[in-house]
Amino acid sequence: MMEQLLATKAEARSLSFYYGDFQALKGISMPVHERQVTALIGPSGCGKSTFLRCFNRMHDLYPGNRYDGQIILQPDNTDLLARSIDPIDVRMRIGMVFQKPNPFPKTVFENVAYGLRVRGERSRRAVEEKVEQALHDAALWDEVKERLHQPAYNLSGGQQQRLCIARALATDPELLLFDEPTSALDPIATASIEELMHDLKKRVTILIVTHNMQQAARVSDFTAYMYLGELVEFGVTDELFIKPQKKQTEDYITGRFG
Amino acid sequence: MHRKHQDVVFALVGIVALMVAVLTFLTLFVNMAVDGLPRLDWHFFTSFPSRRATQAGILSAWVGSTLVMLVTAFFAVPLGVASGIYLEEYARKSWVTDLIEINITNLAGVPSIVYGLLALGLFVYQFGLGQSILSAGLTLALLILPVVIVATREAIRSIPQVIREGSYALGATRWQTVRYHILPYSSAGILTGIIIGMARAIGETAPIITIGALTFIAFLPPAPLKAEPPFVSFDWLMSPFTVMPIQMFNWTSRPEAAFQDNAAAAGFVLVFMTLAMNGLAIWLRYRLRRNIKW
Repeated sequence: MMEQLLATKAEARSLSFYYGDFQALKGISMPVHERQVTALIGPSGCGKSTFLRCFNRMHDLYPGNRYDGQIILQPDNTDLLARSIDPIDVRMRIGMVFQKPNPFPKTVFENVAYGLRVRGERSRRAVEEKVEQALHDAALWDEVKERLHQPAYNLSGGQQQRLCIARALATDPELLLFDEPTSALDPIATASIEELMHDLKKRVTILIVTHNMQQAARVSDFTAYMYLGELVEFGVTDELFIKPQKKQTEDYITGRFG
Repeated sequence: MHRKHQDVVFALVGIVALMVAVLTFLTLFVNMAVDGLPRLDWHFFTSFPSRRATQAGILSAWVGSTLVMLVTAFFAVPLGVASGIYLEEYARKSWVTDLIEINITNLAGVPSIVYGLLALGLFVYQFGLGQSILSAGLTLALLILPVVIVATREAIRSIPQVIREGSYALGATRWQTVRYHILPYSSAGILTGIIIGMARAIGETAPIITIGALTFIAFLPPAPLKAEPPFVSFDWLMSPFTVMPIQMFNWTSRPEAAFQDNAAAAGFVLVFMTLAMNGLAIWLRYRLRRNIKW
């Protein structure tokens, strides 16, 4: 019911993906709803990260990879995987946060400003304003405002990950991809990231890969369960966790295998 | 107990092996210093070679070495760094890049005299550059190009892939990623490679003799700066020249003992220059790496 009322931000249509001869994704079709958190869960090797990395064409960086099918991005109905679309243009619209915090070995300020510099923003004032805004949005400003020009690696792991989130937010992405963003963090840092995601979804659509089912249940509105490159079940998180439609999903979420 | 004895025995063997290498170098160096140090004074650096050993100096040799090194760096650094970046960041892996890779590694092992022969045919005669500083600089640039390329690639390869992905994920182009990340983070390793290559080049004798450096030069190349417009001059590039190792070679082939002392003194200066360059490489690496952690 809820599904029909929501606008769709992106939609995978019979998406298959190949690493050379190996087919990692098998005809996945599912929507990503606007200003909602969609979680991808499944056992290791099920293709959830591979699927996520299709959205910003990360696979284009490596030879021998091939997409088949479409990912349609709204509101302009663009097929992100079309040959005519430059992956750089895709990444201008879609941000990403990685598994391990990967700040650049530069200052806190320069980390956040990088996306703006890449886009050719020359005005110093505009850069400063956007950096501050992004750090506020990532709930990091109060902790780093005194040391904006110190190396980013002086921050704690949780702060580094929020810095990476601020870095992605600075360029106003329409869709934000999270690839197991808390797997390298302690429980307290994890909680702060989860809380942050909850705030962020008011303005940006979020797609998150997680190996932690409790996390998916806590942060997401929709959940997709994947197994061996296939989408087994997609639905509203509460319904999928309480009353899964498929036996396979039930076995996984009740911990009978994983 | 037997197993522990093996440990002691190997440690001893290792120390002896190490001592053979270190002591040999030390003996040579001290021997050279004892013979040469008395000759090292201001006059030695500011005098041209002479028929009288006590009047002779290394002015033309160290100026020649410096100018040749400038030309070498001017060509080897941009070519080598650009090749390394291309191979690591741009080129798609294929059998062509594999072939190029194998060739570059092999080129580093080609005897330097072969480069001399190539340069004699190509630079000196074919291009008509003559027996000049330019020819010598180009020859040594070819010689150290593989070293610079390999050092560049290794420095670039040590940058974690997540840093590249982080940059690309923000919409950066390849060039932006190279310009803002790859080059700054690999500069320590690249500089070290360049300096080690230069330290090798400065001691090279065979290829320089092959292209016809003179062994007795009592004049300096034309000055690069002039009083009248256009103020700069590149005439020095086409000037005949000599370099430090050739000056040494010339002196050691003389029968008088006094010239042997000159050779030792010049050798001391040359070794000092090489060690200074290596020291600079270590210091630069330390300085530049201080701010980079993953």
